[in-house]
Amino acid sequence: MKRLFILIPLAAFLILVGFLAAGLRHDPHEVPSPLVGKPAPLFNLPRLNDPQLTLSAAEMQGQVWLFNVWASWCAPCREEHPVLLKLAASQIVPIIGMNYKDERDKAIAWLRQGGGDPYLTSVIDQEGRTGIDYGVYGVPETYVIDKAGIIRYKHIGQLTEQVVAERLLPLIMELNAE
Amino acid sequence: MIPEIGHFALILALLVAVVQGVFPIAGAALNKPAWIALAKPSARLQFLLVTLAMLCLAYTFAIKDYSVLYVASNSNSKLPLHYRVAALWGGHEGSLLLWVFILNLWTLAVSFFSKALPELTRARILGVMGLISIGFLLFMLTVSNPFERLIPAAIDGRDLNPLLQDPGMVFHPPMLYMGYVGFSVAFAFAIAALLGGELDAAWARWSRPWTTLAWLFLTVGIMAGSNWAYYELGWGGWWFWDAVENASFMPWLVGTALIHSLAVTEKRGSFKAWTVLLAITAFSLSLLGTFLVRSGVLTSVHAFATDPERGLFILAFLVIVIGGSLGLFAWRATSIAKGGSFSAFSRESLLLSNNVLLVVAAASVMLGTLYPLFLDTLNLGKISVGPPYFDTVFAPLMAPAVFLMGIGPLARWKKAELPELIVRLRWAFLVSVVTAILLPLILGRWTPMVGLGLFLAFWVFFSSLQTLWGRLRLAGLPISERLRSLTRSWWGMWLAHIGIGVFILGVTIVKGFETETAVRMHPGDVAHLSGYDFTFDGVAEVQGPNYIATQGNLRVSCNQREVASLHPQKRLYTVQNMPMTEAGIAAGLWSDQYASLGESLGDGSWSVRIYHKPMVNWIWGGCLLMAAGGVLALSDKRYRIRHKRPGQQKVATV
Repeated sequence: MKRLFILIPLAAFLILVGFLAAGLRHDPHEVPSPLVGKPAPLFNLPRLNDPQLTLSAAEMQGQVWLFNVWASWCAPCREEHPVLLKLAASQIVPIIGMNYKDERDKAIAWLRQGGGDPYLTSVIDQEGRTGIDYGVYGVPETYVIDKAGIIRYKHIGQLTEQVVAERLLPLIMELNAE
Repeated sequence: MIPEIGHFALILALLVAVVQGVFPIAGAALNKPAWIALAKPSARLQFLLVTLAMLCLAYTFAIKDYSVLYVASNSNSKLPLHYRVAALWGGHEGSLLLWVFILNLWTLAVSFFSKALPELTRARILGVMGLISIGFLLFMLTVSNPFERLIPAAIDGRDLNPLLQDPGMVFHPPMLYMGYVGFSVAFAFAIAALLGGELDAAWARWSRPWTTLAWLFLTVGIMAGSNWAYYELGWGGWWFWDAVENASFMPWLVGTALIHSLAVTEKRGSFKAWTVLLAITAFSLSLLGTFLVRSGVLTSVHAFATDPERGLFILAFLVIVIGGSLGLFAWRATSIAKGGSFSAFSRESLLLSNNVLLVVAAASVMLGTLYPLFLDTLNLGKISVGPPYFDTVFAPLMAPAVFLMGIGPLARWKKAELPELIVRLRWAFLVSVVTAILLPLILGRWTPMVGLGLFLAFWVFFSSLQTLWGRLRLAGLPISERLRSLTRSWWGMWLAHIGIGVFILGVTIVKGFETETAVRMHPGDVAHLSGYDFTFDGVAEVQGPNYIATQGNLRVSCNQREVASLHPQKRLYTVQNMPMTEAGIAAGLWSDQYASLGESLGDGSWSVRIYHKPMVNWIWGGCLLMAAGGVLALSDKRYRIRHKRPGQQKVATV
């Protein structure tokens, strides 16, 4: 009986380990977005390279595309930039950038310094209005939007090779097949 | 070159740690004196190697070598030297190196201050500490190498997280780690005792000063962290029940229980198994804290390094260390001989109740911290547990513990008389009750929580005075003789208890009587709060070494007399483009005036938040008194007397 009693701390610890092990597989950064499964909010914003022209979300209908929110002031964007360049070079999916709460000159200079422009087009959201529609709360953020204009996935924080290979590419293949 | 020397020193340290962890313990079991004799030299050699690695990393930071990834990620050429050195523990890899360095510091101390220990015990203790070191060194060398090169080198570093660029960063982590890791000594003593099967009063006597020292570092470390949050985060709060704060608080609660339990084991020989369990738990919680912070299992403002691979490594390490020691405990603890018996009402039973309350409090903090994880794992949704839970659970557990704290030092060992205690404490009780009722009414506001808090604080003061009086009043000798008869460890206990009272008083008054206001201020505007006038003189630009700041200027006056000026800042750290707030505080014994600068509202006006915090410094003052109590207890002369060794213990007799 006493021996059983003395085993309690060990048993409690092993249960805790079970939870911690399971917890490691959950990503605390993965915040469920209420927008996933909903139509992507429409926008009509000036383009970065030519503010006279605009781009609207409706123009992207009929294809699967990535919507990536970035800014020149954002340090993690710097780190995900090579990943985006590589993805763009593979020509699997068009990437539309949204330059968020930034200055145009700095943004253009930043793209030049960063080794290239992975975006088909970047649009300017200087005041962050469209950002509010999309529920942006940390830059960078990346959305996968399907042919019907529905948001299918949202990634908060920088994209890594791993996220692209394991999450984005399979999803894009699947959506392209639909 | 220098980083490679550091890296190589770590590899050598790992090899030495293997020798230190394996041979002494095996030698003690197999009766091989040559193996046992390896304990001391290998511990000291490992210390030298880890120190060399620390120096190499510090040097790399000092000369701004951005071809080292960790240096490039955590510092910048504009960062002042003292922060460049503190940046050593500003990130994941460096924190681990600090952890191992401090573990080695404690190991070295044990190797020097253990002359009274039998050689076998010392060998086992150093061996256990070597085993712990293996885990951390292996962790660093496999997935968290601070000396990893960055090729090509960065032109400049990415800078230390601006939140960490604060004098608090220089002291808080080393202090906290001294506490965390210090519990490894009590842990190693306990494991050594379980291995050797010698759980006697001597074991408790040796463990006590080490535990007290670790506990006092942890107390100061937590205090420094809380103080840092108070002026750095700009919300006027001093404790947020954040997962990482909780991770440091749980070992503190269990460590406090351990200190008391060790006293009973030493004096009365009781609670042996319980004390061993507490020693294991206190260190396990320190390891768990490391896991929680470093694995990214929980999100928190502190989680600077999150990486599942590293998490898996630490988890495996936890299973081996904690699972192994709890298994050893389950296997060996039944054979521990029974200690002295005691009746249902005695100092032992009071201390046991206190122990149970402290441990339950630690468990409830753990539940609150891990609850979001439990729910998430069981797919029951994502939630966060906030201060309301902790406040609701914590106060009802601590109130009886503090009440018992007033009685414990007066109660006799073995069997105490309740009627006698009631007579002796009746005045302390009555005066506390009356103060708790009247004082808030004088201050203008009575709520049950304020009443309870004040009662507990004054109960601690008056019952402590009663205890002191009881010691001095005993018939016979003159007072001066009596005073001399009280040992320093008794004074240490007394002072630490007073510290708890001061802490409770501070918390109660701040929570009950603080006021705050958020106002829009144009230069020349005056805001009024709790009898103070705050005149806004506008803002000015200030240039720091690696930031630019907008500094607000406020003059504080009371009854037309200027008493202080406040300079809250909004800083922009240029490298990471990260804004930070820096509160402006006029600190005082009786109250703090605290201002933090909000947003510019155009036309020269700013939003400003102003707080009046009565007696907030008593919170940290109380913690310092507790730590001072620890210092007093450590300076007790019984720890300075060399205990006579009964000759060189013969290995053959084991």
